[in-house]
Amino acid sequence: MDGIGPFDPTVGYPPGPAIREIGPDGSKIPLWKPLHMSRRAFLRGVVCSGTVIAGSAYLFSTATAARADARAVERMLRLTVNGRTHTVDVPPNETLAFTIRYRLGLTGTKIGCNSAECGACNVMVGGMTVYSCSTLTHRVRDKEITTVEGIARPDGTLHPVQQAFIDELAPQCGFCTPGMVVSAVALLNVNPKPTIEEARLALSGNLCRCGAYDHYLRGVMTAAERV
Amino acid sequence: MDVMHNFELYQPGSIADAQAILADVKDAWIIAGGKDSLDWFKERVKQPSALVDITGIAELHGIAAGDDGGLWIGATTTLTEVAEDGAVRDKFPMLAKAASLVASPQIRHLGTIGGNVSQDTRCLYYRDGFPCYRAGGNTCYANTPTAMNREHTLYEASRCVAVTPSDTAPVLVALEAVMLIQRGGAKVEVAADDFFIGPDIDITRMTVLQRGDILLGIRVPGTWAGSHQYFEKAADRASWDFPLVNIAMAARTEGGKITAASMVCGAVQCTPRRLSDVESLIVGEAPGADLEGLVKRVAARGARPLTFNQFKKPLMENLAVRAVRSLAV
Repeated sequence: MDGIGPFDPTVGYPPGPAIREIGPDGSKIPLWKPLHMSRRAFLRGVVCSGTVIAGSAYLFSTATAARADARAVERMLRLTVNGRTHTVDVPPNETLAFTIRYRLGLTGTKIGCNSAECGACNVMVGGMTVYSCSTLTHRVRDKEITTVEGIARPDGTLHPVQQAFIDELAPQCGFCTPGMVVSAVALLNVNPKPTIEEARLALSGNLCRCGAYDHYLRGVMTAAERV
Repeated sequence: MDVMHNFELYQPGSIADAQAILADVKDAWIIAGGKDSLDWFKERVKQPSALVDITGIAELHGIAAGDDGGLWIGATTTLTEVAEDGAVRDKFPMLAKAASLVASPQIRHLGTIGGNVSQDTRCLYYRDGFPCYRAGGNTCYANTPTAMNREHTLYEASRCVAVTPSDTAPVLVALEAVMLIQRGGAKVEVAADDFFIGPDIDITRMTVLQRGDILLGIRVPGTWAGSHQYFEKAADRASWDFPLVNIAMAARTEGGKITAASMVCGAVQCTPRRLSDVESLIVGEAPGADLEGLVKRVAARGARPLTFNQFKKPLMENLAVRAVRSLAV
């Protein structure tokens, strides 16, 4: 049974007494040919294939369960995000956050709690902030959606809110920042000169685990001066 | 946890279509804002095979003036719309205030008033899928000596000790609102007082809504329009929190004396609790320190706290006192 055992390709060499001496020059030749693959590349492969398997289970399970009923929503829908209209295939049980991140590739929107509490997934739907993790995509398919990617100008110039957040050192870990930016921009769109209480209220649906709330509030007030 | 089970989604454009789907699919679940529903599905505690999104039904949405000086509020009107509506602010300021204090801005932007009044209780054990009485089992996990029950009931516990979590519900009961329900071919009117039901009537429901029923909207009569109104919510956090206790009061005064009063307390019982003792005590009296002392003594009379929610009794008393004090200005 020499040489046969749990093969760990991340090591690159066979486990156990698998090296035997062959060859006229006495060089050691491994029984298993080492994989010419770095640890990182291998891990990436595993992660990708895992995604494919898990992802296809998610996608196809819905397809098989779908009944032929004309009254139920069509999976194909047109979604207007940041001014661009996308045609996407969305199952009825998919949330807007999932569609935005994994079908449209707009990963600026984060999924934090995934239960409508933290605000990391905050996007604007028709100018109003909503938790995209707890909103069905089909529910908002006729609305204009703006994610954090649609806040800056197309030429890359930052929105005053984004610039002010940088200047006031608002983000620490940064995970809540996209949601904070969207909340602040939504506020300034309807109320360009808010009081700090109004700003506090507008950001009250966004949690910041680092506790940088005052920095964010200063950022909103600074941005309000510049808008 | 994160991906919901498979379901069909229907988006009917009329009440008749919605009813047809509800009749076809026995476990169909009505959804509007979806702020509570989606959490149930993500936790896999509830797994209905079909969802009926009623936000596309135009007649369920909007705020209109009523004949008697009151208002009609459609069930799918969002809490933001209720909070910011001029007529609501003018006639029923405490309804606008209560709506503006629900959860967070993002929730209020999609969450509806119909959903806010018909939402399920927040009991952690029930929410986590424990097989408790309310979930069809035969025990209560919240009413044991070591259970976490600081958010639970003071009154009318009947096996279940869960409370109503709504902020708008006590307001609507205090304003003597009427819920309009589509049941089969009939439109049924139910007083807000009777709309909410306790575990002694049906332990698995919080409201009179049955399978197949659609809450059409809420008619707030003109009875208390323009009266002195007071709403206060005591919660652990200023944002995104359910009330520990909230209070809603509408009152009229004349010549320094209270001529009429309606006071309702939320989150102390499975239904909004009308403080009839306080109402009968303060009518005919002048607000002031003497009256406040009496109100404090009767406001939470009969409360039977559990292990960890004894603080709710003084909280309730003090909120009632503050409501009466607001009349003195």
